[in-house]
Amino acid sequence: MREITYRQALNEALAEELERDPNVFLMGEEVAEYQGAYKVSHGLLQRFGPRRIIDTPISENGFAGLGVGAAMVGLRPIIEFMTFSFSLVAFDQVVNNAPNMFTMSGGQFNIPITFRGPNGPAHQLGATHSHATENFYASVPGLKVCAPATPRDAKGLLKTAVRDDNPVLVLEAELLYSSKGMVEPPDEELLIPLGKAEVKREGSDVSIICYAQTVPLALKVADQLEEEDISAEIVDLRSIKPLDEKTIFDSVAKTHRVVIVEQDHPFCGVGAEVCYRIQKNIFDALDAPIIRVSQEDVPMPYNERLEKAVLPNADKLIAAVKQVCYA
Amino acid sequence: MQPVEQRDEVEMLSLMLLIRRFEERASQQYQAQKIGGFCHLYIGQEAVVTGAVAAVRDDDYIITAYRDHAHALARGTSPDACMAELFGKETGCSRGLGGSMHFFDKQHHMYGGHAIVAAHIPLAVGLAFAIKYRGEDRVTLCFFGDGAINQGAFHEALNLAALYRLPVVFICENNLFAMGTSVQRSTSLRQIVDRAEGYDIPGEIVDGMNFREVRDKVAEIADSIRKEPHPAFLEMRTYRYRGHSMSDPASYRTKQELEKYRLDDPITRLRAQLTREGKLTNEQFDLLDKRAKETVLAAVKFAEKSPQPPLDTLYDYTYADGAMEPDRPRPMEPAQERREVAPSPSTNSP
Repeated sequence: MREITYRQALNEALAEELERDPNVFLMGEEVAEYQGAYKVSHGLLQRFGPRRIIDTPISENGFAGLGVGAAMVGLRPIIEFMTFSFSLVAFDQVVNNAPNMFTMSGGQFNIPITFRGPNGPAHQLGATHSHATENFYASVPGLKVCAPATPRDAKGLLKTAVRDDNPVLVLEAELLYSSKGMVEPPDEELLIPLGKAEVKREGSDVSIICYAQTVPLALKVADQLEEEDISAEIVDLRSIKPLDEKTIFDSVAKTHRVVIVEQDHPFCGVGAEVCYRIQKNIFDALDAPIIRVSQEDVPMPYNERLEKAVLPNADKLIAAVKQVCYA
Repeated sequence: MQPVEQRDEVEMLSLMLLIRRFEERASQQYQAQKIGGFCHLYIGQEAVVTGAVAAVRDDDYIITAYRDHAHALARGTSPDACMAELFGKETGCSRGLGGSMHFFDKQHHMYGGHAIVAAHIPLAVGLAFAIKYRGEDRVTLCFFGDGAINQGAFHEALNLAALYRLPVVFICENNLFAMGTSVQRSTSLRQIVDRAEGYDIPGEIVDGMNFREVRDKVAEIADSIRKEPHPAFLEMRTYRYRGHSMSDPASYRTKQELEKYRLDDPITRLRAQLTREGKLTNEQFDLLDKRAKETVLAAVKFAEKSPQPPLDTLYDYTYADGAMEPDRPRPMEPAQERREVAPSPSTNSP
C-alpha cells in the first residue's frame, strides 16, 4: 500500500483500463490537451494519443450521445462531465437513451458506458454549479450509480464501472480530489464491486450512513462523539445503486440507531430510500426514529456563510446523533 | 453481396410495395385496437429508405426516428417480427418491449427506432465514431424528419461529425410537416439543406419521391465516404400521405396538396419507369402486389398467434447482467392463465 490522492487514484484507474482494453476511450471537455479541468486525465493524451483521449466542444448532449452510440457497437466509452451539474444538459442521453436501450431493443443492445466527473456542492459555486445529482440518477432503472469517498474506492469503483456492461455513473467528489489515502500498489489489480458498502469505522451506539463528501464529515464527527462516550459506526455506501442492504441492516441490527447524512436534498433524496428500506425490513431493530441530515431544501446560495448553513455539517450531524441516542 | 448498381430494381419496387401494404394493414389493425400507443405511418415516403438502403452494404449502420417500420423492413427484418412488435408480442423485433417507435434489429444493423426527436442523431455520430475508431470502411445512414433540425442535439451532432470527420450521411426526410407545423412555420432557413452549410458539411437536395435519384445520390456519397471518411447531408423532399400519427386527421393541409403529391407517388413512378423500359409487365406488378398483401396478412396472423411476453421476465431486460435485486418480488401470471399449464377438468379440450 502507498498513499496517493483521490485524483491520482482516478488517473491510475483510467490509465489501467485504457491499457487493458483497446475498446476503452476517454472523451470530454478539456480531457486531452488541457490535461483535465481537474487534472484527473493528466498525462493520458501523451500516453495514449488523440485517438483515445478526445477533447470535445462544449456539447454535453452531443458527446454523451456519441458515447451511447459508440457503446451500441461494442466500444466502452468513458464520458467525462466537467461537473455533473453540466450533465443536466445531457439529461436526455443519460436518462432516456443510455438506460432504456437494453429494454427497448428487447435485450439486443446493452450500453457499456461510464459517465464520470465531479458531483455535489464544492465551494461557493452558486446554484447552477453545485448540484448533487445522485438521487435523480439513482431513480432511473437501467443506470448504476456509485459515489466513492476515498482514493482506494475511487480507483476500484471506476475500474469496475468501465468493465460493467451497463451504463454506470461514477460521481466523484470535487472537494476530495486532493485528499489522500492508502491504495494498493499499481501492479496489484484493484476492483471494488458495485453494490458493496464498507464500514469505515466500527461502533456500537449509532450507525451513521454516509457516502462521498459526507464520509470525511462523518468520520470527523465520530472522533468528537467518542470524546462524549458515543460510539458511532460509519457505513459508507460507496454505491447508491445497487444499494448494499445487508451491510446497512447488519450495522443497524448492532447499533439500533440511525442517522443518514447525505449531500443531496431532503425531498426524495438518497436517504429517503435508505430510510424506507430500514424501517420496512428491520423495524423491530430500531430504538429511535431515523434522522436524515441533508442539504437545506433551497437552491445553493453563493454567500459563504449561507452556503455553510445549507450543507450538512458537524453541528447538525452531532445534534442528530444525540437526538437518536436520546443523549 | 451484390454490388449496389446491380441490385434488382424490381425487387426494390417489391420492397416499396411491402412497406406500403404493411403500413396500410398496420393502420387497419390500429383502428381495430390490436396495436397500442402511438403509430406513425411511412406511406408516401417509401422511395427514401428503399433508395438509401439499396445504395449501401448490408453491414453499414442505419438508425432512424420513430417513423421506423419501413427502415426495419427495408433492412431485412421480417414482416412477422415487425407486425408482432406492433402487437406487443414476444416474437416482435424488440420482444414487444419497444413498440411502434422502437424497432431494433442487431442482426441487420438497424440501430433503432428512436422516439425523442433528434436524440438519436448524436447516437448516429457515435456509430460513425466507432467505424472510424476501428478503421472500418462502413457508412452510417442517419434518418430524421424536418422537425429534428431545430433541436439542439441535431446541431451538436452535426458539429461533432464535421469536427471529427466521421462517416455519416445525415438524411433529412423532409415531408414538409413536423407533426402539424410546416417547415415555413418552424425553420428560419429558406431550405433545410442550408443547415449543413453552417457546419461545413456538403449538402444536397434530392427528390425523395424518385427511387433512382435517391439510390444514385446515396451510392455516390457512400462511395466518397468509404474512400475518406466525412459527413454528408441530404435533404430528401418527400411527403407523407397520412397524418403525423394515427390520431392526426392532418387538417392543417389541403386536399389539393395531398392529391398533388399522390400524383407523384414513388411506387407509381418506379413502376412506370420499369414498364417503359420493358422490365416489368402489368401482370408482374399485380403479382408483386398480391405477394406483398399476402406477406402482410400472414404477418398479422403470426402476430395474433404469438404469445405475450411473460410477466416473470419483466426484470430480465433492465440490466445486461440480470436483475439488480433478484430477490425483489416480481409480478406473477394471474391464476387463470397459469391454468393453461395445468388444466383443470372443466377446461379440458375435446
